[in-house]
Amino acid sequence: MKYAFYPGCVSRGAAPELYASTMEVAGRLGLELDYEPMKTASCTGSGVLQEKNQRLGDTLNARTFALAERSGLPLLVICSTCQGVMSQANKRLTSDPDYLASVNEDLAEEGLEYKGTIEPKHLMWAIIEDIGIDKLKAAVTRPLTGFKVAPFYGCYIVRPSSALDFDDNPERKDSLERVIEAVGAEVVDFDGKTACCGFPILTINQTASLTMVANHTGEAKHKGAMAMVTPCPLCHLNLDGYQPQASKLRRQEPIDLPIIHFPQMLGLAMGIDPQAMRLNKHIVSTTKLLSTMALTP
Amino acid sequence: MEVTLSVSRYDPDSERPETYYQEYGFDIDENATVLDGLIKVREEIDGSLALRCSCRSAICGSCAMRVNGQAMLACNTRLADVQPSNGGPVVVEPAGNMGLVKDLVVEFDLFWDKIRAVKPWLQPEGPEPEAEYLAPSEDMLHLSGVMSCIMCGACVSDCTVLEVDDNFLGPAALAKAYRFVADPRDGADNERLGELNEYGGVWDCTRCMQCVEVCPKDVAPMDRIMAMRDQAMEAGYTNTYGARHAMAFADSIEHSGTLDELRLPIKTFGIFNIKEMIKLAPVGIKAQLAGKRPPIFHKKTPGVENVRRLFEKTEKVENDK
Repeated sequence: MKYAFYPGCVSRGAAPELYASTMEVAGRLGLELDYEPMKTASCTGSGVLQEKNQRLGDTLNARTFALAERSGLPLLVICSTCQGVMSQANKRLTSDPDYLASVNEDLAEEGLEYKGTIEPKHLMWAIIEDIGIDKLKAAVTRPLTGFKVAPFYGCYIVRPSSALDFDDNPERKDSLERVIEAVGAEVVDFDGKTACCGFPILTINQTASLTMVANHTGEAKHKGAMAMVTPCPLCHLNLDGYQPQASKLRRQEPIDLPIIHFPQMLGLAMGIDPQAMRLNKHIVSTTKLLSTMALTP
Repeated sequence: MEVTLSVSRYDPDSERPETYYQEYGFDIDENATVLDGLIKVREEIDGSLALRCSCRSAICGSCAMRVNGQAMLACNTRLADVQPSNGGPVVVEPAGNMGLVKDLVVEFDLFWDKIRAVKPWLQPEGPEPEAEYLAPSEDMLHLSGVMSCIMCGACVSDCTVLEVDDNFLGPAALAKAYRFVADPRDGADNERLGELNEYGGVWDCTRCMQCVEVCPKDVAPMDRIMAMRDQAMEAGYTNTYGARHAMAFADSIEHSGTLDELRLPIKTFGIFNIKEMIKLAPVGIKAQLAGKRPPIFHKKTPGVENVRRLFEKTEKVENDK
């Protein structure tokens, strides 16, 4: 299956592990990720640009959708935040023909028009809806038996459910658990799994942000999780990058819970070299985890 | 329809007050609501169950509680819609973030304190008109969206910031603040926005959308908070980390098409802000060592001039408004 591939800013910036692991697993899932149509696409605005100017955010996303439409390919993303921001924009654009027409006037100068046919889709959803859980299971060469992992979704891939079409696609609600089970791992359910990681207020209210990190990683660890897996690189930045500081804020000893990107978990189950997926490049070390799982980083 | 409720119980007057879950199984009509179920429990099975309810029609806002972990009005939630597919019980708990009184009844002091803190009354300016204050219909129509708040506290219950920082004004009070900031008859917008710009105000929202998801009246508190961020910046309140972050973010996309993650925190805090730069250092060093530092020379997206043109165009449309 071929997609127009939108990697987002973070997988090419502060979370290169996400990009590397996506590339590693794509071929084994029979995915062809075509970046060419997306190479002039901009950032989604991440909800931050929308604070200042929602129409501008919608216009930039309409431009990205128009670029995907022109390529004739469905649009694939690998970030919960990209997914949510795009889905919200798409909802506004496709539910109001006058709004779409006026946004298209702005796009016309570049020779672009968004017709409203794109459905941006996260790799996690695509596995369930397009590729099929069976195909994923077939690609698993090393089931993650005994791997207890806590799911952490990221706000934008679960809310608002109306913009994410949960009514038409109810399996999106527990898609992460479905994939965890498909690769042979064990789900550690905990209250914080659909909560906020705290990243958006990191620069504004750092204590609150770090408390969220400490609460969620601490709770998952307490419930027996060996790691946490997330389809959102922004959650990863906070839960991994700021976990040491969060540990200091709340506890004596480090929480020490590795945070794994969604495709890294798939790759481990496919027997891909952890180093090729940059699992040795996390802030919270994955060494102990990988040796427990009889893998070397 | 057979239903089992697992209800959170707490009695402050018991010998050892602690929360526990009690299961109640019963047969009830297919269309029954969670509140119908709870009332049935109280009237027919266990008269000691405490809950708050009144209108049973989603108007009074008394029966907000958590059902399967999410805040909602018990009176407009059908039991059939919340029965777990695994055959487990429907879990009913009191609203979160507020003190527990008994069973499903919570303390609303925090809720009202925050509503009062945003001065929820009209502060008109200029001489009093001879008759009533006039306001354009479209403005009032817009305001009706936020005025439909029934003060049930569902948004406060599930707010992820209030969970970790009770200084935050929270979604209900901030939506109420917007109701006056956006009221054409109110003359105190500047003072209001100034106060909302402080610690605990509009910038402390983490944009998690819980309030948007759980509000039974589609008030969308977070959207109102975002609108006030923009209004605060427009009114000249630009010297907060929140405002500087939003502006630096927009600048980065306008300049390069994508986000420059290296410069965003530096621009937000200011490079000469020694205190914050020192706070950033440990994470920066760890990221550097892990090969996670974003590139020093942030590459421009090809064709970024098209992105810039859209910035100019859209900003012009906004200004013309």
